[in-house]
Amino acid sequence: MSNAASTTRKPAARAARPKGDPGHSGQRNTALAWLTVPALFFFLAFAVVPLAGVLVLSFASWDGIGAIGSAGLGNWFSVLADPGLYNALGLTFLIMIASWLVQTPISLLLGVFTAGSQRYRAALAVLYFLPLLLSSAAVAIAFKALLDPNFGLATGLGLPFLAQDWLGVPHLALGLVIFVIAWQFVPFHTLIYQGGVRQIPRSLYEAAEIDGAGTIKQFFHITLPQLKYTIITSSTLMVVGSLTYFDLIFVLTGGGPGNSTRILALDMYLRGFRANLMGPASVIAVILVLIGLALALFLQRLGGKDKQGSQLEGM
Amino acid sequence: MSTVLKSSTEEVPAGPRADAAAPKRGLGSRMRKLNVPAGVGGWIWLAIIIIPVYYVVITSLKTQEGYFGQNPLALPTSPTLENYQMVLEADFAQYFMNSTIVTLGAVIPTVLISFMAAFAIVRGKGRFLKLVNGMFLMGLAIPLQATIIPIYLMIIRLNLYDSLLALMLPSIAFAIPLTVLILSNFIRDVPNELFESMRLDGCSEWQTMWRLALPLTRPAIVTVAIYNGLHVWNGFLLPLVLTQSPGLRVLPLALWTFQGEYSVNIPAVLASVVLSTLPILVLYVVGRRQLLSGLTAGFSK
Repeated sequence: MSNAASTTRKPAARAARPKGDPGHSGQRNTALAWLTVPALFFFLAFAVVPLAGVLVLSFASWDGIGAIGSAGLGNWFSVLADPGLYNALGLTFLIMIASWLVQTPISLLLGVFTAGSQRYRAALAVLYFLPLLLSSAAVAIAFKALLDPNFGLATGLGLPFLAQDWLGVPHLALGLVIFVIAWQFVPFHTLIYQGGVRQIPRSLYEAAEIDGAGTIKQFFHITLPQLKYTIITSSTLMVVGSLTYFDLIFVLTGGGPGNSTRILALDMYLRGFRANLMGPASVIAVILVLIGLALALFLQRLGGKDKQGSQLEGM
Repeated sequence: MSTVLKSSTEEVPAGPRADAAAPKRGLGSRMRKLNVPAGVGGWIWLAIIIIPVYYVVITSLKTQEGYFGQNPLALPTSPTLENYQMVLEADFAQYFMNSTIVTLGAVIPTVLISFMAAFAIVRGKGRFLKLVNGMFLMGLAIPLQATIIPIYLMIIRLNLYDSLLALMLPSIAFAIPLTVLILSNFIRDVPNELFESMRLDGCSEWQTMWRLALPLTRPAIVTVAIYNGLHVWNGFLLPLVLTQSPGLRVLPLALWTFQGEYSVNIPAVLASVVLSTLPILVLYVVGRRQLLSGLTAGFSK
């Protein structure tokens, strides 16, 4: 903070110069700088310090209760040599990519659909957004009940193929996780696409109609290109967000059966708070941060620099 | 649930002639003709969304015998509220209070201090403010869940473990970057002449902030408050790691422990799901537009 104070004082010295831009005099800037202090304090204390802390703890040995010792590079060696890490990494990317492939077309089409002016579409949209109100815990619990082979959907709809041991067979559990994630998050992305579609100038469609372009042509030649930034925004949120599907998977499958749905965030939690190995868990956390940063920067590059920030959201 | 359906359709009457009458707004003229595949797809998606919701609601109204005896999707023959009574007796009122305290205790400070910071970032110049802004932008890209272990350690060292305050502090920190970003985008839209006239009237920046910027950005403030509120209300990891006493459970955590304890009584478990969602559902019914714009926060701006 002392450093920060000195940087704010610099423009104050410059303010001694006569007149020039009285609205941004040094005194004002110093006063304004003080306004950021509360936010800065919280952010430094509970986001930046922990971020540094996670790096430090990745070189420590701690069981979560006792004293903290040094582990040198031991945690890193043991985690990097652990096939569990690669399983978790692979699953994280698999769920990320599958989620993107499933959610993007559906949300895009639903976004276009709900942006239409027909009244029935508006009425449907009201219901489409219901999953947004539910917590991940609630969604996971609801689906667990729903998938009961005897008293759930399979019996209700009379569809025997739904009566599977969804949580007991690895590839079924994985598919289920991807489906439930889509169920929970498609509405959010639909909302984003709906907003994007509503910003497309109507005149483009009118011109296309005069040229005789049909609905499908209009979709591919106007809607889709015009949604470029919306697609990047939504994809960034989806991809970076997929690193943190922790709560849903934790309640739904707990990472099982076996380790078949144990994504990185869950792996971190289970190593840290169940196996009491905070050091190795911190290694996973560091990897998680690095992946998040790399993905955000990559996707931001795709979108160009002009929309910086608005596409990034890490929670 | 049925009241929701009713009120929402009343609001947007879906008359048979709606298709022909609608093209006032948005993409009207283009969509006037019937788009059959889109319509079919739309109804299929509705089924995917609504069947689970319907199942949860009706099952929560069934007795245990009804649950085991009836078709799972049939309406309860003798609807009962005893599951809800049971959930309420399992201290859900307490959990509801806890969630409310944590949400308000996190969102109000977040919005207040982020607003101050956003105002300074927009109005001020200099390296320090640029640095602060850059740091918040970086914060957007980091999956903050990954910091849970050091946060756990800090909360223990601060003697805050197993308290509601422990949930608020990190929630505030996590929410600041996005809140600052959105609010500063809105403050930037305030015409400069207004700031100038405040200055000529001899107002300090502090006065300008409260008397000019705050009223003008009120819609944005409501928006981010809703966005953050939903995130905190539905948050699971922080309470899972930072609290342990049953008396301090927030709703999502209570749901999880409740379903662990009552796994044989599915109707009761689903009643707890409905009950925990009820406040947000009420919010959705009374202020749908506000809530939805809050959900996308600044993303579509």
